[in-house]
Amino acid sequence: MPAASPSIAHDPALDSVRLVETPEGVSLRLAPAGPLPRALAWLLDALLRTVVYVIAALVLAFLGDFGGGLMLIVFFLMEWFYPVVFEVLRDGATPGKRTLGLRVVSEEGVPVSWSQSLVRNLLRVVDFLPLLYGFGLISMLLNGNFQRLGDLVAHTMVVYESDTAEAGKLPEGEVIAPALAFSPDEAQALMAYAERRDTLSDARASELADLLRPLLPTTAPDPSQAVMGVARWLAGGR
Amino acid sequence: MNQDAFVAKRQADWVLLDSWLGDDRPMDGHDIPRRYRQLCQDLALAQSRRYSPALIQQLENRVLGVHRRFYRRPSRLLQRIGQYLVWEFPRNVRREWRLLSIASGLFYLPLIALLIAVQWSPELVYSVLPVDQVGKMEEMYDPASSVLGRERSSDSDFQMFGFYIFNNTGIGFRTFAAGLLFGLGSAFFLVYNGVVLGAVAGYLTDLGHIDTFWGFVVGHSAFELTAVVLSGTAGLRLGFALLAPGRRSRRLALIEAGRQGMGLVYGAAGLFILAAFVEAFWSSTTWPPVAVKYAVGAVLWTLVLAYFLLLGRPRGA
Repeated sequence: MPAASPSIAHDPALDSVRLVETPEGVSLRLAPAGPLPRALAWLLDALLRTVVYVIAALVLAFLGDFGGGLMLIVFFLMEWFYPVVFEVLRDGATPGKRTLGLRVVSEEGVPVSWSQSLVRNLLRVVDFLPLLYGFGLISMLLNGNFQRLGDLVAHTMVVYESDTAEAGKLPEGEVIAPALAFSPDEAQALMAYAERRDTLSDARASELADLLRPLLPTTAPDPSQAVMGVARWLAGGR
Repeated sequence: MNQDAFVAKRQADWVLLDSWLGDDRPMDGHDIPRRYRQLCQDLALAQSRRYSPALIQQLENRVLGVHRRFYRRPSRLLQRIGQYLVWEFPRNVRREWRLLSIASGLFYLPLIALLIAVQWSPELVYSVLPVDQVGKMEEMYDPASSVLGRERSSDSDFQMFGFYIFNNTGIGFRTFAAGLLFGLGSAFFLVYNGVVLGAVAGYLTDLGHIDTFWGFVVGHSAFELTAVVLSGTAGLRLGFALLAPGRRSRRLALIEAGRQGMGLVYGAAGLFILAAFVEAFWSSTTWPPVAVKYAVGAVLWTLVLAYFLLLGRPRGA
């Protein structure tokens, strides 16, 4: 096990997570978003744009031909530049993407520039071909980062925005010293279990913990509680 | 050091970085760069010591947040636009003279060919456009009618302005984007637009609607036709990156071509909007003598050519 490898073992064959190294020499994980959440985000944005069109049409209808001209300009700006403005000025996310927890970043993980955003959104036309993002979908499926053609040319990708949850705090409880020494990776796996315990059903949590029964102290009543106790011990509650 | 002790020791710095990230204060006052480097070290330590995934995730998010803040690109938009207009745009166009020649050929050769061919056999126009559209064109530029098209107030001038921006600039953007299909899409749009324009122009000339038609189009033609050809050039740049990437991977060649193509598309979009303005508010007017219209057209063509030939040259060259 190489010491410099990133902590949470990601087999590139199993996981779509992409490692990006910063100039400071630490590697960050970016999780590219697949076609489905992106399609939903697009749909939300399309709905939002439709609402804007309806409101604009109602208001501009009072201005006659002049309003008609303005309406066409509104159409033009919204169709081509709506995503660009949000991607550059609002942290890489249109309202739809924000709702789905997505954002557009450059492949280095930094925010996109005007040019990058314009390229990826103008080339949307080609991704849309032959219908409903056919080429875009093919490109995303052939590509490890789920990049559509516009993303490939613009050097960008759409990633999940992970939330910064309160970390490093396991729920209070009994601290149990393990019966044997765990390797760092094993210890990390136990702590990952403890941190995700709340997201699992009780039955599933017990089932997973039960696999470890031979390794747990025999006095432990419930394997799930025992793993939690060991995780607390590993995190430093000893 | 175990995880809890590590968190307790470093927490204060992290909270400070978070609060700095939370608002948009400038960087001074809190020694942010040093704290950021320390944070990077914290992350590296947490990774190598196999601390819990949630802690590592939290540190990663924090690093990513500061990283984005540090390395976001400065945008001095107005300054950039000025520099682009007087320097980069004409240079970019001259640098692409090969592709520009190809795009011009794809557009102007069919245009001229159809223009001439329709003089010989006017019915050719019907293989390009449907009958009712030809009829509409005929009516629109009929010298017998006192106005071009229909009676227009300034309100409907503005309506047409909106339409030209929406329609023509959109066509330009599509012509560019379609270049990603190995250049074929751009080539198609160039030839198609050339054919239609040539056929219509030839047919109306043959009918004798010369001053009404040519007087109408000559004003905005300098901007609009140039913009069409430049959009096509940018599209061909994308296509050639795929067909002949040179000594780079196709991927890298495309990224580079996207950058170069956009260097033309910005300008083309500007020209389309200029053209829309001229077409809506000048070309449609009927009060100036037709000679004035031709003169204005000639002046605008001269300006466009001079702009691309003369601007953006190094001083003293």
